[in-house]
Amino acid sequence: MKAPLRIYAILSKEFTQLKRDRMTFGMIVMIPLIQLMLFGYAINTNVRHIPVGVVDQSETALSRVLLQTISATQVIRFTEHYNNVQQAEKAIARAEVRAVLVIPKDVSQRLVRHQTVGLGSPPSSDEETSRPIAQWVVDGSDTMIAAAIKSLRSMPLSELQNRPANRQTPTFEVTLLYNPEQRSAVNIVPGLVAIILTMTMIMFTSAAIVREREQGNLEMLITTPVRSIELMLGKIIPYLFIGALQVTIILGLGNVIFNVPIIGGLWQLIAATLLFIFASLTLGLVISTIATNQLQSMQMTIFVLLPSILLSGFVFPYEGMPEVAQYIAETLPATHFVRLIRGVVLRDVEIIDMTFDVSWLALFTLAGLVIASLRFKKNLD
Amino acid sequence: MSQFVIKASNLNRNFGDLKAIQALDLEVEKGRIYGFLGPNGCGKTTAIRLLTGLLKPSSGEVQVLGFKLPQDAEKLRLHIGYMTQKFSLYDNLTVIENLQFVARIYGLSGRLQRKRIDELLDIYGLGQQKNQMAESMSGGQKQRLALAAATLHKPELLFLDEPTSAVDPENRREFWEQLFDLSDQGTSILVSTHYMDEAERCHKLAILEEGIKRADGSPEELMQQMDAHVVEIASSNLRQLKQELLTLSDVISAAQLGSRLRVLIKKSISDPLAFLSQQRIISSTNHLSQVRPSLEDVFVTCTGESKL
Repeated sequence: MKAPLRIYAILSKEFTQLKRDRMTFGMIVMIPLIQLMLFGYAINTNVRHIPVGVVDQSETALSRVLLQTISATQVIRFTEHYNNVQQAEKAIARAEVRAVLVIPKDVSQRLVRHQTVGLGSPPSSDEETSRPIAQWVVDGSDTMIAAAIKSLRSMPLSELQNRPANRQTPTFEVTLLYNPEQRSAVNIVPGLVAIILTMTMIMFTSAAIVREREQGNLEMLITTPVRSIELMLGKIIPYLFIGALQVTIILGLGNVIFNVPIIGGLWQLIAATLLFIFASLTLGLVISTIATNQLQSMQMTIFVLLPSILLSGFVFPYEGMPEVAQYIAETLPATHFVRLIRGVVLRDVEIIDMTFDVSWLALFTLAGLVIASLRFKKNLD
Repeated sequence: MSQFVIKASNLNRNFGDLKAIQALDLEVEKGRIYGFLGPNGCGKTTAIRLLTGLLKPSSGEVQVLGFKLPQDAEKLRLHIGYMTQKFSLYDNLTVIENLQFVARIYGLSGRLQRKRIDELLDIYGLGQQKNQMAESMSGGQKQRLALAAATLHKPELLFLDEPTSAVDPENRREFWEQLFDLSDQGTSILVSTHYMDEAERCHKLAILEEGIKRADGSPEELMQQMDAHVVEIASSNLRQLKQELLTLSDVISAAQLGSRLRVLIKKSISDPLAFLSQQRIISSTNHLSQVRPSLEDVFVTCTGESKL
């Protein structure tokens, strides 16, 4: 019956210490706030306004109209003119521009004979009519930039000849569910919850026991009747509240500022978040029993944090990763939580239907708590 | 329970190749203050950690308050108090918060808790500082707070690891008064120290060196049974005299105290004054007198093979 009192002793002590630590307390609020603003605005997978250059060998009215038409797509903006291709390639190497459009001398002849513009659909083997109008030279090292410019490859140009754009019938009809406007923030903001929680939760608890050891408090604690599991629970419960606060900040502001819808039920959201917070906290505790000083615990936190950011599906789609990376991603709590929270927030999924992710997080928590309690010995051997 | 609160026999503890504690036999009587006297690194802290169950012995038997260690270490924890060498309460909590924390850990709540904390604040004179952060307190205040926390649950046996190393002489005296109060109320105390004057206050003490117990007994016994004569020589060229005397194999040590030289001479010499007078270096103008041994003399005699 004294166990609850001992847990209460630890957690109220943690709260008091946290309250005194203004910096940490500030970070708890500022980290989600600032990161939300940063990532919400900054991360954009729709690349727009790429700076590009022009080598205009024709210098005609037509070429200028062509440039304007391309500019109107907003994919690129023309910032530089170069006299020849060599100059342009050097500019790409200097990263002055990411691509260069080379307009040949005979652009007007090419254009009138081009299949999309005038003469219907002549056979493609006809050299005269199958020639492209102009050429893009692209810095292909960044695949996203390259893809954006490649999307311009077959842009319709019928307006150039003052004809109505002939609507092409697409091969497939595509219906975009959940994020029809294709705004990146809709995908980023719920994922950000996973990243911020991974960072703060693991960082706080990984330092928790190490700090007591470093400051000599542990020697006193282990001569008292407090049990390992009581110490562990007392250490993580305060951070449950902090985690909940951070989730509220991210999703609340995400809704207000970035208009990210919260479609799923509140209880579903709470359940999913608690599962993940518990999993992260126990992971932190395990780290705390391994590390011998706070610097080490910080390093181990980063070791978990980086793959959580890059492999969890937060930035890059899980499906695009090779199989081995997918296995690694599956071990990270963040991967499962990214799926759960996107499911709940964007698609109104019941978390019960995502059995695999739910049970994985639950098992992870249980295993973590057991390992941490076993590893934490109440002696100095 | 027997009259002994601590019984250890042939206790050993190694850290790798280092033998921190070797063949330690120990019997501590109930209600007494028992001292561990020894230089830094002699194994005092290790011995205390073995006796509190914080370290497992490499071999040997330990019984503390009737509990066999290390098996019953967890049960023992309710009955002992431990004050660590370094302040181990929380610097960023106030006096009262620290005490509340410890009280809750020991299962004390509500009225009982408040009553006990008020009592402790009163005994250790911390009422004025009760809302002060522990880190901003003086060495003496911190040490009183640590003692208050260690005795909060009224332990039967109290371990104090160099409790006064960060405290001025005034506070040390006061601290020892409090220890005698506790002892008077029936608490058994084991205290480690490297101060002779503190060791002399103990009912009984053990002199430790390099993990080995060199001698034990009450301070008086140790002084009486000491294996050496103590002679004080008053002279003018003491530094040279000291060097000369140390070359003699029957001289254990020579230490200067102001204008006198305190010389320890082996017990095998029956008349130490005559022995010294025969030495070439001692002139008739030097004043020689045999004096009562101090605890420091005991310490020097039974430790350190090398001459000082």
